[in-house]
Amino acid sequence: MGGGHGMASSGDLAGRTAAELAELVASGQTSAAEVARAHLDRVAAVDGRVNAFLHVDEDAVLAQARRVDERIAAGENPGPLAGVPIAHKDVFTTTDMPTTAGSKILEGWRPPYDSTVTARLREAGLVILGKTNMDEFAMGSSTENSAYGVTRNPWDLDRIPGGSSGGSSAAVAAYEAPLATGTDTGGSIRQPAAVTGIVGTKPTYGGSSRYGVIAFASSLDTPGPFARNVLDAALLHEAFSGHDRMDATSIDEPVPAVVEAARRADVAGMTVGVVKEFAAGEGAQQGVLDRFNEAVELLESLGAKVVEVSCPNFTYALPAYYLIAPSECSSNLARFDAMRYGLRVGDDGTRSAEEVMALTRAEGFGAEVKRRIMLGTYALSSGYYDAYYGKAQQIRTLVSRDFAAAYDRVDVLVSPTTPTTAFPIGERADDPMAMYLADLYTIPSNLAGNASISVPCGLADEDGLPVGLQIMAPVLGDDRVYRVGAAVEKALEDRWGGPLLAKAPELVEAAK
Amino acid sequence: MSAITRDEVAHLARLSRLALADDELDHLAAQLDQIISAVARVQEAAAEDIPPSSHALPLTNVYRADEVRPSLTPEQALSGAPAAEEQRFRVPRILDEEA
Amino acid sequence: MTESASTDTLMPYDEALEKYEPVLGIETHIELGTASKMFCGCPTGFGAEPNTQVCPVCLGLPGALPVTNRAAIEGIIKIGLALNCDIVEWCRFARKNYFYPDMPKNFQISQYDEPLCVDGHLDVQVEGETYRIEIERVHMEEDTGKSLHVGGATGRIHGADHSLVDYNRAGIPLVEIVTKPITATGEKAPLVARAYATELRELVRSLGVSDVRMEQGSMRCDVNVSLMPRGASEWGTRTETKNVNSLRSVERSVRSEIERQAGVLDAGGRIVQETRHFHEDTGATTSGRSKEEAQDYRYFPEPDLVPMAPPREWVEELRATLPELPAARRARVQREWRLSDMELRDVVNAGALDLIEETIAAGADAGAARKWWMNELSRRATEQGAELAELPITPAQVARVQEMITAGELNDKLARQVFAGVLAGEGTPDEVVAARGLKIVSDEGELVAIIDQVIADNPDVADKVRGGKVNAVGALIGPIMKATGGKADAGRARQLILERLGAS
Repeated sequence: MGGGHGMASSGDLAGRTAAELAELVASGQTSAAEVARAHLDRVAAVDGRVNAFLHVDEDAVLAQARRVDERIAAGENPGPLAGVPIAHKDVFTTTDMPTTAGSKILEGWRPPYDSTVTARLREAGLVILGKTNMDEFAMGSSTENSAYGVTRNPWDLDRIPGGSSGGSSAAVAAYEAPLATGTDTGGSIRQPAAVTGIVGTKPTYGGSSRYGVIAFASSLDTPGPFARNVLDAALLHEAFSGHDRMDATSIDEPVPAVVEAARRADVAGMTVGVVKEFAAGEGAQQGVLDRFNEAVELLESLGAKVVEVSCPNFTYALPAYYLIAPSECSSNLARFDAMRYGLRVGDDGTRSAEEVMALTRAEGFGAEVKRRIMLGTYALSSGYYDAYYGKAQQIRTLVSRDFAAAYDRVDVLVSPTTPTTAFPIGERADDPMAMYLADLYTIPSNLAGNASISVPCGLADEDGLPVGLQIMAPVLGDDRVYRVGAAVEKALEDRWGGPLLAKAPELVEAAK
Repeated sequence: MSAITRDEVAHLARLSRLALADDELDHLAAQLDQIISAVARVQEAAAEDIPPSSHALPLTNVYRADEVRPSLTPEQALSGAPAAEEQRFRVPRILDEEA
Repeated sequence: MTESASTDTLMPYDEALEKYEPVLGIETHIELGTASKMFCGCPTGFGAEPNTQVCPVCLGLPGALPVTNRAAIEGIIKIGLALNCDIVEWCRFARKNYFYPDMPKNFQISQYDEPLCVDGHLDVQVEGETYRIEIERVHMEEDTGKSLHVGGATGRIHGADHSLVDYNRAGIPLVEIVTKPITATGEKAPLVARAYATELRELVRSLGVSDVRMEQGSMRCDVNVSLMPRGASEWGTRTETKNVNSLRSVERSVRSEIERQAGVLDAGGRIVQETRHFHEDTGATTSGRSKEEAQDYRYFPEPDLVPMAPPREWVEELRATLPELPAARRARVQREWRLSDMELRDVVNAGALDLIEETIAAGADAGAARKWWMNELSRRATEQGAELAELPITPAQVARVQEMITAGELNDKLARQVFAGVLAGEGTPDEVVAARGLKIVSDEGELVAIIDQVIADNPDVADKVRGGKVNAVGALIGPIMKATGGKADAGRARQLILERLGAS
């Protein structure tokens, strides 16, 4: 079925990779404006069903694209992705578009400043197609927690596209955008990438700037790329990463050579560790485990040495995460108080500021956000701090030590990205604990600040839906995850005769 | 035994500035009870004498030079304000002095 | 809260001190005079138009992140060192969480159980006695915005129907200095509190890290007071009087709170742990927010900022930059200028130390420099309601006037006219002397003629002098000065009179 996707009229530009598009623009075979037009057409054709985007302004997109064309015509070389469209998760501030973080409390807010990521990508000549849907304040694994409706998985419109960056994953998987940004706090890039059959990376914490990223949990939030292949993800990763003096937690070191690693795409001489605790597959779908085990065999056949590694404290990572992240969010989201920006409810001239704050926050935040604020407030309260937040921070140390011990023996660790394939919309909507399990395998990397990637490794037999392979590497080992990810991708595409996404059903058909 | 009482949940709502209706409080109390019981597993880890980590990475001493950089214009600063007056943010009456 | 309103019966101060022993604690906030704010590049100037010194960071806009100002950390380390504190090897910022409209993020970046500077002390003098004030901690935090309360009486928060917030002050670096409990000061408690605030202000000013102007809020004191019955060993419940904004108010608020608490206790009441507000007009405190339902600030380490681990070399470099501190300087000056304790205190209180030292450095002798600043110029400053240092005259100019006196070109009376001219903006001392024609009359012939005329006009006095009553000559000096418009050298005139009357 590959190559279909209803894009013939756009000369297939919307089916191209980012690297190809950049080359076509750079060589003058097409223009940034034509590329933008093709993607806008695709958005117009399918987004009514996918609902990946919260904001698309066609005229503004074309104006941006023409400016890029002018820069190139003037002899400037903005960079290796010049002229390529990109979709930004609506958590990155943009001066020329609203930024809502998927929340009613920020409806219509126009930030007076650009995030570092969006600013760097503008400078690099990428064209912002629009802002994508997300779980409110990045809290969720399904994008059902958005105040602006659910986003649908292009593989099955009745299923979730993952979350919290589900708008970005869906946009890329639906060929609406070749590239997208997301943020990964507990798995919010890798899990949606896995369940939509694309590539998503959580860079090393501090490797990509958080300035202008509306915070969920500051010590965990990590901006990262989505793409349909590993090389494109690496190109985007390299384009926005690197030290930022506006972010005190940003690492002042050179960006790992991820593009070079993605091009290298071999695992010869590498040692790959299988995380025993995650391979056991407690609560995991059989089809997911099958594809994962095949991927491990594949790595071995490609020349990697595979060993089993025990990380005993990883089993505590999930509960620790659900204390640390809510604690930080309870404080980060305190600023949404109806005083300086955003929604204001109940200001009738008689109510006090305190009452207006409480009414606004009750109406402006969705159920999951309120749950986490309350949970975090609890965990930080006097009397509970040591038993909850304090303990969680000790586990964070233990998880980092488990990783360190593992990396003494192996170059990368692997696991399934997520225990199950995309679940049906509504299935876990009011069962927070079930929802939280989606991040079971991805959370340890966030606690330790590691680099991790999810690459497609096949379809589960039960439901024919995509499965992701997670590859983890130490802090600033981002190049390793791209190198291994690209090797797996190459071998699997050879086996499949094309990308996994080519197996996705036609969206137009699916809509019937 | 429940991990958290409804009164505690109501207190958390006040601390969090969330004006929750009774039914919402009831619903949340049940869910928080379930979540807290689950995350209390952290207390089972062998974490005695383990130093806590507040950050993902062990960076220290990140400072900026004492240099003035451009501020926003007052128009930009107030652009998102629900109400403004005399180039200031207009807010409802404030009940009491704080800290 | 109502029990502690204005209905409290005060106990006379002396009686209160007979029955109770006060325990004090003072928390002082000092805004540092950095060019930019604590965590962003906004300027810090006082009195700017509202919301002109704000950016995404200090407005707490979604997505904005703080980055610590190195100069602020250097400033607090200098304060810590000057207060004899240990500078810790490693510490973190913490978030203090509470909602308030003038606080953009609804948390304040502060420090909790890991302050940067700990365990110091500051010695203060009260009536010849030295009190050592122990310093518990010195930590770094950020200031809040300012609210105007509209619709109520006189801008007060109560009764207002809305407020207008300006965030220019939000994010200004703020150092908090916390004393350990100050005990065993007895009836001197208010004076010790004032002396501490005074000494702290001098100390910080000498470091050049803040302008420490209490009237502008760049130094503010919160004063904790509790009483325990004489002979008891357990401290009483304390109250915290907020934002006491002058040195005099520090003293008065302690005194008034002692009188109030003693009255409450004596009537069988109990002290409510609460925040109180001091009123300059009445000299009394009134109840603010009760702290009985303890605030839960949910402190936790600030994840957006990395820990501070000041390298020892950095700390030692900063220590080496510390200027001579006020106490050492006062001791030296007292010795060098041969001042009594009283004279030294007057000089310090007048804020004249720097000015006199600079005048001496410009060539004047110590006695003359002190005389001009403490007498003539202090009088002028008082007349104008200005600080001595605000007078439009420089120490170098004062030294120049004194130089002319020493050279016999001016006398004291003419010198005062020169000062008047300089203060009136007529130019430098030399320009004023030239423009006003103030040089001493040195043409002896002219002076002799005037003297002869005065002798002729005052035959009685002349006879007395001839008769040996040399002191009577003073009666002739006045008319001579009058006739010369004050430009005669009085010493020379006296000598000439005596010569002419044959009495020398």
